Amino acid sequence: MARSSRPKLAVWKFASCDGCQLTLLDCEDELLEVAGAIDIAYFLEAGVAEVGGAYDLSLVEGSVTTPADAERIRQVRAMSRRLVTIGACATAGGVQALRNFADIEEYLSIVYAQPEFISTLGESTPIAAHVPVDFELRGCPIDKRQLLEVLTAFLHERRPEVPGHSVCVECKMRGNVCVMVAHGTSCLGPVTHAGCGALCPTYHRGCYGCFGPMETPNAASLGDQLEVDGLPATDLVRLLRTFNTWSPEFRDESVVRLSATPERAVPVSLTRERPTEEERRDRDGAR
Amino acid sequence: MTHRAPAGRTLRVEALARVEGEGAMHIETRDGEVVDVQLRIYEPPRFFEAFLRGRSFTEPPDLTARICGICPVAYQLSACRAIEDACGVTVDGPLEALRRLIYCGEWIESHTLHVYLLHAPDFLGARSAIELAERDRPAVERGLRLKKAGNELIELVGGRAIHPVNVKVGGFYRAPTRRELAALVDPMARARDDALETVRWVAGFEFPDYEHDYTFVALREPQHYPVLGGRVVSNRGLDIDEAAFLDHVVAEHVAHSTALHAHLGDDEDYLVGPLARYNLNSDRLAPLAVEAAREAGLDAVCRNPYRSIVVRAVEVLHACETALSLIADYEEPDRPSVDVEPAAGVGHGCTEAPRGLLYHRYEIDDAGTILDARIVPPTSQNQPTIEHDLWHVVEANLDLDDAALTALCEQTIRNYDPCISCSAHFLDLTRIDR
Repeated sequence: MARSSRPKLAVWKFASCDGCQLTLLDCEDELLEVAGAIDIAYFLEAGVAEVGGAYDLSLVEGSVTTPADAERIRQVRAMSRRLVTIGACATAGGVQALRNFADIEEYLSIVYAQPEFISTLGESTPIAAHVPVDFELRGCPIDKRQLLEVLTAFLHERRPEVPGHSVCVECKMRGNVCVMVAHGTSCLGPVTHAGCGALCPTYHRGCYGCFGPMETPNAASLGDQLEVDGLPATDLVRLLRTFNTWSPEFRDESVVRLSATPERAVPVSLTRERPTEEERRDRDGAR
Repeated sequence: MTHRAPAGRTLRVEALARVEGEGAMHIETRDGEVVDVQLRIYEPPRFFEAFLRGRSFTEPPDLTARICGICPVAYQLSACRAIEDACGVTVDGPLEALRRLIYCGEWIESHTLHVYLLHAPDFLGARSAIELAERDRPAVERGLRLKKAGNELIELVGGRAIHPVNVKVGGFYRAPTRRELAALVDPMARARDDALETVRWVAGFEFPDYEHDYTFVALREPQHYPVLGGRVVSNRGLDIDEAAFLDHVVAEHVAHSTALHAHLGDDEDYLVGPLARYNLNSDRLAPLAVEAAREAGLDAVCRNPYRSIVVRAVEVLHACETALSLIADYEEPDRPSVDVEPAAGVGHGCTEAPRGLLYHRYEIDDAGTILDARIVPPTSQNQPTIEHDLWHVVEANLDLDDAALTALCEQTIRNYDPCISCSAHFLDLTRIDR
């Protein structure tokens, strides 16, 4: 095959559900055109694996959860002129970052009979915690139109136009009735990054924050309002601790709310502190 | 990456392509005999069953959807059914019909993704669907159009194709109107034509000559080709309630996999997925799908795993036909969901994910807090069978050179459309080997 002068694209997977890279294959109307404009050089799920070359653009899905992956992301960065993270796992650590509040040894023993077979880190961390990232695309999963915008922007050497305002703005643009004001439904829309097109309120449910925090969110104020509206603190913590739980704005607000909650009202997995070094030693000694 | 030594050979694929998730294959032979076969799953664990503890009973549909971006509806609906079972609630009528409808969309998009983009290149000697498109663009365009129709169906009912937002315990947040669903009729009719064409296309492929007397396990519903619940049955006499699933399935933790291996009873390998569903339920297929299957040369029982691509195409056709009749018969429900009050107890839920039977079990307290969660995904159940197939395929084809044999092994793995993202994070274990 002739060498092409088209920019080379690579798609990488770390700990994730595959949904964000699937979004590229879900661009059914555009996929063959994209493949014409960009040389898809490494995309394992699609069956292309031209390894070793330098890539003009790397899309990275997933979070870093193993020692081997912490090393692999450095190699990916070194091979990539531009690196864009796609989705909540790569950008915020994903739903698997719920372990960051817990004791990883206990988690291992709940799922696996032979924890020593498993190599894992105590924390799930976003890509930017390991290497410099050129752009972060949000969402669990990412939005198809925003992905195409990122690819187009890259081809034209410009910054992607991905507004950092809240889901509320999208709701207004869609002409939705506010589910919080009209129905008292708990909604993270006021603090959540736009991109989905205000899907949940359109389907008569509150936003559950899958695009993560908007630019400069006021999570404390929203939390106060939700409590006034009758949302128990435990449920507020749950709402903040899902797919973007390790994004600083959601994480910090959830910690504040949790510390103000009477202990008996809180289920075990939300209260768990990481064990101290001393506790770890005691337990290891007991084995 | 492979080498050939006089006494022994090692076939290795470090990162399997055209599968969902991260897996590797390792096969060793010595003196003309296979001595080791491992489908290695190194997808990092994500601990869903651990962090579900302490969450609310309303949360598993959204949380467990994130196990797999390719079959989120399966996770959502197995979760809903298990929780509704724990709380003593049955969802039926138009809400059940809507669940079947959104599930049709998932079968269409997931199967079509596998047939066209992941598996067909093996049969046609291409490295990828993009390369395939350079040779036969109309075929790949047909596949993309069909996949899109499945996605559009999920989007309309669920809000979006990946991780739909509209599915909840008890039903939906908002039920579509008849008028909204009517907009799907033309695209689905076109999809039905494309699906029929797909069955004919894959029927013309050449299939390696290999059969095995598998134990097939699938759901069996009273009237429908299986999707939502029913009995768990096999071709060897298994016939149990969903709730008894874990009494019969044993999972073990092996060193080379972050997915647990499942067996029936002590150590009987079994197979779930399209081939199992078809062999146990072909009498429940839509007439158009039965006719297409017969034209494609499928008998009532098919034991050649390479022909699973034909069965997938037949199931896509069935799903298109089913979707059209569900849309035609749809009556708007009075309310988009039934109320589900938490009740202390245990609930079980099985549905037929595109890749096969997906089991969820939740134990909740009277406030609705989850005390324990267990999930058995299809690929965990198929992994021992995949290794078994590899063993025999290598043994029967030792005369091939390493490259050709490795390619045949990869094609064999793809017969199962393994979803490694799904399989890596689960299960309770009751037995340990090694």
